[in-house]
Amino acid sequence: MQLKRRRRHFLPGFGLTLGYTVLYLSLLVLIPVAVLGFKAFSLTGDVYWNVISDPRTLAAFKLTFGAALAAATVNTLFGFVVAWTLTRYPFPGHRVVDALVDLPFALPTAVSGIALTTLFARTGLIGRLFAPLGIQIAFAPAGVIVALTFIGLPFVVRTLQPALEDLDPEYEEAALSLGASRLRAFFTVILPTLRPALLTGFALALARALGEYGSVVFISGNMPMRTEIVSLLIMGKLEQFDYEGATALAVITLLLSFLILFMLNMLQWRFSRKTQPAG
Amino acid sequence: MPGKKILSLWPKYCCIGITLVFLSLFLVLPLFIVFGEALRGGITTYLAAITEPDARKAIVLTLMAAAVSVPLNVLFGLAAAWALTKFDFRGKSLLLTLIDLPFAVPPVIAGFLFVLCLGTNGVLGPLLEAADIRIIFAIPGIIIATLFITFPFVARELIPLMQEQGREEEQAAISLGASGFKTFWHITLPNIKWALLYGAILCNARAMGEFGAVSVVSGHIRGATNTLPLHIEILYNEYNFTAAFAVASLLAMLALVTLIVKSALEWKLKRERQLQSLDEALLPERTVS
Repeated sequence: MQLKRRRRHFLPGFGLTLGYTVLYLSLLVLIPVAVLGFKAFSLTGDVYWNVISDPRTLAAFKLTFGAALAAATVNTLFGFVVAWTLTRYPFPGHRVVDALVDLPFALPTAVSGIALTTLFARTGLIGRLFAPLGIQIAFAPAGVIVALTFIGLPFVVRTLQPALEDLDPEYEEAALSLGASRLRAFFTVILPTLRPALLTGFALALARALGEYGSVVFISGNMPMRTEIVSLLIMGKLEQFDYEGATALAVITLLLSFLILFMLNMLQWRFSRKTQPAG
Repeated sequence: MPGKKILSLWPKYCCIGITLVFLSLFLVLPLFIVFGEALRGGITTYLAAITEPDARKAIVLTLMAAAVSVPLNVLFGLAAAWALTKFDFRGKSLLLTLIDLPFAVPPVIAGFLFVLCLGTNGVLGPLLEAADIRIIFAIPGIIIATLFITFPFVARELIPLMQEQGREEEQAAISLGASGFKTFWHITLPNIKWALLYGAILCNARAMGEFGAVSVVSGHIRGATNTLPLHIEILYNEYNFTAAFAVASLLAMLALVTLIVKSALEWKLKRERQLQSLDEALLPERTVS
């Protein structure tokens, strides 16, 4: 028996490490999530209906998902330019710029929240430029998009960089030497190869933006129906000890975000199936 | 030919220009704002804001949350990486997905999970109350929420690296008679030390900066359950902007240190991987000669 076990697992410590992993994971993650699940099933339909039919909830969901999509899109566009520049055009100081890309990840969200609010408020350095045009950024939905863009940037750049490093410039050069225009080479040679990485980066930035709380609460102004995000709505319910309402909101948010990420994964899978036989 | 040269250079300058403008507006300017606003009232006001009793208590609590969650998550990361990369078993990919789960849960919902489990009206609420243990709206709650949020960081760095390194070296050590712990200490740990440090640094940055989850479980008791990010929120909402930014500058410095250590480690990891692949490329020649 002892010999048989040894042959199956040559290295020691399987039981100990797996046991510890599963125990720690269960205590800290699985049991709490399961408790939320049980609570969600024990709620009556009325609780869900009251939450969903509240116009304030609808407005918050629209803002959260709309702003997160907008921010992830902006990040994919600019993140692509940043990643492209950093891999293809090394300029003096590009190493410092490269390290700075991770700032939104390293900077606590409360700090970025108050800094962005000061910057984009009507009297702030950037807000001042938009105020005469009648555009308000902080304390308006645009502010939410700004905060979520800040938060999501590193995810797109860091996903694209390895893909761009693997992309040999020879392919585009071949396309160019065969008479393709720069634009055509970009859209027919470069973009299809990068599509999986772009999609992953988009999905990661979106996932982060959907749950973001810290930076948004400062810049949004938290006006019900106008600039209130779902996380804030949950927070409000918790402060009133309305745990049933909070559970309903939390479960709906989690299901919607998992659904979106699942769809993006499916899309990814279809792309990779399409490109693999050709490549 | 000169015309073609100009044509091929404009995308380069365009890209560098867009990158620099975008990143200065979005990354550099906020950083300057933090330090600029913090020092607006002069150095004495700054020092007063970061040494007043409530700020000091917030610093201690933040350090404590990190001091508990980093070692615990390092230990978990090592155990999980060992189990997942050195053995084959059923349900491995499910376990991998579950380890990433805390990344997919929004912070506010993460905090709420623990209120549901451990709060007064929660599942274990009556039991904890009978034993006179307070977790939610107290320091243990803050530590548990921080543990949850920073849970996957170390495991996530170690698993791909140890997967890539394989099992041969450890198997050789064991077959030569080394004990399991000795093998881990002398073979595995030196191979993964930089990645381990990298994961711990990320874990630490997130632990000290976490806001949403901690905000839910803290109860906002000033001078008792406030971490640095929560202290910033209180000061800011009281329109005490200079003090808020002074405290924020401490966390901004932590972020800068994190970035510096992170890039140094990335450079080190990259170099080690290059050396390793060079080694592998040379290996066949060596066996021939």
